Amino acid sequence: MSEYALELSNLSRHFYLKNGAFKEPTLLKAVDGISLRIRPGETLGLVGESGCGKSTLAKMILGLLEPTNGDVLINDKARGSSSRLSMSRQLQPIFQDPYSSLNPRKTIEQIIRLPLQLHKIGDAKSQQKAVKDISDLVGLPERLLKNYPGQLSGGQRQRVAIARALILKPSILVCDEPTSALDVSVQAQILNLLMDLKKELGLTYLFISHNLGVVEHLVDRVAVMYRGKIVEQGTREQIFQNAQHPYTQALLSSVLTPEPALGLPEVLDSSTWDKAS
Amino acid sequence: MSDSTSTVSTAPSANTFLPVVPEWRRMMNRFLGHRGLLMGSIILGLIVVLAILAPWLAPHDPYLQNISQRMIPPVWHEKGSWEHIFGTDKLGRDYLSRLLYGARISLTIGLSAALISGLIGTTLGVLAGYFGGRVDAVISYIITTRLAMPVVLVALAMSALVGGSLQMVIILLGLLLWDRFAVVARSTTQQLRDAEFIASAKVLGASTTYILVRELLPNILSALIVVMTLEMAHAILLEATLSFLGLGVQPPMPSWGLMISEGKAYMFFKTWVIAIPGIALMVLVLAINLVGDGLRDMNAPEGRN
Repeated sequence: MSEYALELSNLSRHFYLKNGAFKEPTLLKAVDGISLRIRPGETLGLVGESGCGKSTLAKMILGLLEPTNGDVLINDKARGSSSRLSMSRQLQPIFQDPYSSLNPRKTIEQIIRLPLQLHKIGDAKSQQKAVKDISDLVGLPERLLKNYPGQLSGGQRQRVAIARALILKPSILVCDEPTSALDVSVQAQILNLLMDLKKELGLTYLFISHNLGVVEHLVDRVAVMYRGKIVEQGTREQIFQNAQHPYTQALLSSVLTPEPALGLPEVLDSSTWDKAS
Repeated sequence: MSDSTSTVSTAPSANTFLPVVPEWRRMMNRFLGHRGLLMGSIILGLIVVLAILAPWLAPHDPYLQNISQRMIPPVWHEKGSWEHIFGTDKLGRDYLSRLLYGARISLTIGLSAALISGLIGTTLGVLAGYFGGRVDAVISYIITTRLAMPVVLVALAMSALVGGSLQMVIILLGLLLWDRFAVVARSTTQQLRDAEFIASAKVLGASTTYILVRELLPNILSALIVVMTLEMAHAILLEATLSFLGLGVQPPMPSWGLMISEGKAYMFFKTWVIAIPGIALMVLVLAINLVGDGLRDMNAPEGRN
C-alpha cells in the first residue's frame, strides 16, 4: 500500500484572460503551486471562498483540466502516466449539482451501470446485480431504478451519483461541494451516508466545501485555500480552535449560527490577510 | 463524527415517494391535449398512408395518356364525372392518380433531403459546439458561408448544370438545407458541453465518440426533430419550385410542382388544374409545420405538466 492515496506536488493552473485583440492578456493564477498529501483512509477538507480555485483544483485531480505545472499522484502513480479509464477505478468524483450530473435521458439503472459497461466488467446479469447491491448500499429504493432523474428528488439524485461513483470500487472520492445544492435536512442524510460508506469501505475523501459546519463535522484535516494558494493546513482541532492565519480566522468568524442573540457575523477586511500572505 | 447529528437517519423518509406516471403516458396526454399537433399528425398520417397505398387506391395509371379524355373537369363541376374524380390533365391522364403518386415523390424528397441535411448539419453543429475554439471558428465560417448563399438560386444553377432528376433534387437539397440543423445542434451542444454528466462520463474514461453519440445526442435530439420537420416542409416546397421551373423532377413523373407547372397555361379558364395540386401542397406543408410546432411545444419546458 502506498504511503499517500493522493498527492499533489506544486500543482498550478494559470489562465490567460483576453483583454481584446491588442492588449496583453492578464494572467490569472487560479491554482498557484499547491502541495497536498492525503493518507489512505483520511478525510481532507478543502475550504475557501468562491472563486479561490477549489473547483479548478478538483478538475485537475479528476483529469478534466491539464495542470500548467506540477503533478497529481494517485496511489503513487502520476495522473498523466495512465489512461483515464484505469485512473477512474481508483478515483471517482461526486459533483456539486445532482441536477446536472445525471443524464436526463437515461434511467437510473443505466446511469449507475454505465461505469461497468465502459470498463467491460461482468455480463449483463452480474452488472444488474451489482447495480442493485450498490443501490442498497446507498439507500436507494429498487423501484426507482427504472425511473428517470427528473422523477427523483435532489437527495435521491445525489444517492444515484454516489452509487455511480462507488460501483467501480474506487479508493478515493473527490467530493466537490456534494451537499451545497441540497436542502439542509437532506444535506445531513447525504453527509451521514458518506461517513457510513467511509467506515464500511475504507474510503479516502477529498472534501471540497465552503460550508465550515459540514467540514467540521466530517474531516480529519483541513486545508484553507485563498486566491489559489493553501494559506494554512492542519488537523481539525488546530484549525477550528487555534487558527493562525488571519484569513482562516475571518472565515471561521463568518459562520452563521442559529443563535439569534449573536446577530450577523462581523467579517474582517481583506486587507488584513492580503498583507500577511 | 460528532454525536449531535447521529439522530438523522441516512435512509430517505417514507414520504419521498413520487407517483410514477409512465413517460409514454405523459407524452400521450400532452399529445392529445395539443390540438395543432393532433390535427397536423392526422393530416400528415393520412397523406403518408395514401402515398403508400397509391398503387391500390389510384383508379387509373398515372402515366396513361388518353387524348380523347383530355381536360375533363373534376366531379363537382357540372361537366365532371365519377370516372375521373379530380378530372384529367391536358394529356388525358387521371388527376387523382397523379396526385396520389405525386405525394410519394414529395414525401420521399422531403424525408430524404431532411435526413441527409440532418446528418451533415448535426455532425458539424455538434463538433463545433463540443470542441469550441478553432473547430468552432472553422465550422461557424462554413455555416456563415452557407447562410450567405440564396438556396433557390444555387439550387437552380446546380440543377441546370447537372440536370434534373429525383435523385439529383434529393442530393442537392440535402446538401443545401443543413444550416438550421448545424446552428441548433451547435447552440444546444454548447449548453450541455459543461454539464456535469458529461464531465462524469469523461472521468469514467468514456471515449469522445461515446460521449457525443450516447450522452449528448439523446439530449439534443428533440430539438433536432423539430428542425427536421421544418426542413422537410422546406424541401418539399423547394422541390415544387424547382419542378415548376422545369429544373427539378422531370416529366412524365407526377410531381406536384410539375403538375402546377404543366397546368399554368390553363389557369385562367380551367382553374382546377393548378388549384388541386396547389391545395395538396399547401395542406401537406401545413400539416408538417403543425407537427413541427407541436413537437416543439411538447419539448418546451413551459409545456410540461
